[in-house]
Amino acid sequence: MLRRLTIAAFAAAALIGGVAFAANEAKPPKPYHFSFDGPLGSYDMAAVQRGFLVYSQVCANCHSMDHLSYRELGEEGGPFAMYRVRNKQNGEMAARVGLPAGEHGEFVQVTDNPYVRAIAEAVQIPDNDPQTGEATTRAGRITDHFRRPFANEIAARASNGGALPPDLSVIALAREGGVHYVRSILLGYTGQTRGAQYENDYFAGRYISMPPPLPADGLVNYADGTTATREQMATDVANFLQWAADPHMEERKSMGVEVLIFLIVLTALLYVAYKQVWKGEHH
Amino acid sequence: MSGPSTYEPKSGFTRWLDKRLPIIRLAHDSFIAYPTPRNLNYWWTFGAMLSLALVIQIVTGVVLAMNYMPQINMAFASVERIRRDVPFGWLLQSMHAVGASMFFLAVYVHMFRGLYYGSYKAPREVLWILGCLIYALMIATAFLGYTLPWGQMSFWGATVITNILGAVPLIGSAIQVWIRGGGAIDEPTLNRFFSLHYLLPFVIAGVVVLHIWALHESGQNNPTGVEAKSKQDTVAFTPYATIKDAVALGLFFILYSVFIFFLPQALGHTDNFIPANPMQTPSEIVPEWYLLPFYAILRAFDFNIGPIDSKTAGVFAMFLSIGVLFVLPWLDTSRVRSMRYRPTARWCFVIFVAVCLGLGWCGGQNPGAVLAKAGPFSATLQYVEGGATQTQSLTVDAPQDFQKTADELQASLIHGGAQMVDISREGARTATVLVARGGVARTRTITADSSDDLEDRITAAKAEIAPRTAFVGITRVTPFLFTVTRLSQLLTFYYFFFFIVILPLLGLSETPNRVPDTIAKPVVAQGAA
Repeated sequence: MLRRLTIAAFAAAALIGGVAFAANEAKPPKPYHFSFDGPLGSYDMAAVQRGFLVYSQVCANCHSMDHLSYRELGEEGGPFAMYRVRNKQNGEMAARVGLPAGEHGEFVQVTDNPYVRAIAEAVQIPDNDPQTGEATTRAGRITDHFRRPFANEIAARASNGGALPPDLSVIALAREGGVHYVRSILLGYTGQTRGAQYENDYFAGRYISMPPPLPADGLVNYADGTTATREQMATDVANFLQWAADPHMEERKSMGVEVLIFLIVLTALLYVAYKQVWKGEHH
Repeated sequence: MSGPSTYEPKSGFTRWLDKRLPIIRLAHDSFIAYPTPRNLNYWWTFGAMLSLALVIQIVTGVVLAMNYMPQINMAFASVERIRRDVPFGWLLQSMHAVGASMFFLAVYVHMFRGLYYGSYKAPREVLWILGCLIYALMIATAFLGYTLPWGQMSFWGATVITNILGAVPLIGSAIQVWIRGGGAIDEPTLNRFFSLHYLLPFVIAGVVVLHIWALHESGQNNPTGVEAKSKQDTVAFTPYATIKDAVALGLFFILYSVFIFFLPQALGHTDNFIPANPMQTPSEIVPEWYLLPFYAILRAFDFNIGPIDSKTAGVFAMFLSIGVLFVLPWLDTSRVRSMRYRPTARWCFVIFVAVCLGLGWCGGQNPGAVLAKAGPFSATLQYVEGGATQTQSLTVDAPQDFQKTADELQASLIHGGAQMVDISREGARTATVLVARGGVARTRTITADSSDDLEDRITAAKAEIAPRTAFVGITRVTPFLFTVTRLSQLLTFYYFFFFIVILPLLGLSETPNRVPDTIAKPVVAQGAA
């Protein structure tokens, strides 16, 4: 019954809103169930890690993520957060990335996290030589913001036929449909081109300046053995971008559950008190 | 109403203090012994929510301001830093942004309640006017605050609103430059908006004190609209009203928490996560939900009224829609306070609430969106198959004679046996004339659901016909369209009609139902039954 009502509501909304898709309009994003959907959903950190790999090897060639620092990858709630967990067989403490569900562990500060340090050090960051003051590059530190692919907007446009690749820090929040939209764009190329523009089913106006970023399977090699199909890479990078835009989501949701339970109990008690106080008073 | 103070200091210190600063006496008389009508329903609990909402906005806002940078190149990044790196910054930012929406939700219920139960009538006119002032200050504060994250919607919202101020006659453009601190929205605008956004909540707090003072002077209204006459009619504020407000606050916080923790971005616009870009206008510029009804009223005026152009008329109507609230106590002529006993006014009020919601919906839609149309879009294509086509040119002596000459030429050519004539004007005095003779005249009618669709079909039909004919004549028919703007106009009309016509006239003509003599009478009777 509820489903029928929902369908009727959608049909009514479609009539009012005139949801008809003419030839030039974008399709609504492809539905996909992410692990973080819903009020209790959490991140699939393995997917976020794989997505970070796709970002750094593919997207980062053109797209900046100015608001993120490498250290965020290893902070609590980050994809490379490290914990010291007791090994159940030999009883020794061992450091590992991520915390399996239901296990307890001691968080290892990001300054002591070798994975995050290695990620940062693999990047060359523009800086000034401390002796001469001349422009140079150095190995990244965990406190550095994600390396920008272009020095400035002019350089970015000059390298991309006049188009500016948007910053991806909060792209999951800055687009209607969020990462469902991002994933659909990555997989929505039809193969048609018009000048230097590429037809994409999910892009408003249908022609996008970004060349297909994931043209073939196997663009990256996943360390965990996952096969890097186009769908897999698009889904993984969508997971990463969602985490990047909302790094405190898991903390937020779990705190929300606690707060709601507290408030519901409190309100119930207040209601009982209210009944007690007003007992015998006509109103 | 408050009567003489019943406070009796119990200890030596409180007796000492009471002679020097009777602040405990003030609190006791205001929030403990203060008599409240015993029949107040849950619609009366929104005042407590609003007080708390103001406190939450100020406390979270002060902490956010410690981490926010009012500088155009850093503002967006500083909000991101708050969301990511400041301890519990994500929670503070979310509480503040969602809090603004919750504040408006509560204030709207509070205002509709006042409207329904006639809480603006004597002796509460000043109380009501102070409330209207708080509401106007809230709108200003919310608008200023929305600019601070310096996203696309912040920037373009500020542009639209300051442009609106430019429509004020005579002094408009001077005000616009003064508010913006220059010719366009830029660094000075952000600095002064931040300064004012920090200032106004304290002004609101000051007016709230006056609002509560005025409330405690006249006493609370109640669902019957009958003044409290005896002790039987009232109960003490504490514990009776306090505990009831606490239950309502609990429910309010549950709703607030659902948004903070599970839907933090649901009430905002995605475009505000794109940093402000003065070179790129967003595809749609819309205010936050709580200002959409006024946006709809502004946009409803797509026509000039005599010498007043549509923009000025819209701006005037928008300000008037809030201004009319200030004089409401003198617009409503009814002697009966509560609409509970006004059978006709009650339905007019229900329609009014629906109209306000409808205006809110309209404000969020594309104003040109078609809600209903009288018939399909149609076009008639005329062409001649076969036969011969001749081309000739037409030159007239004076441009003003063109139409007449062209019509005469067409008539004479048709009279002379032409199947079809097409005159395409190429200059003020010249045109090319295509004449088809012989062949078979044909017509084709095309219908479609939208004008874009129609044009697509015409293009397709022309491509199909082209090999068989030299030219095609097209007559398009657009049906009557009922757009969002038309709906906004109807709703705007009712909004003002309700205040300016219904309330003054209905109060004089309506026969109210029987109003109880005292508050206690129906309450006790109902309780006993």
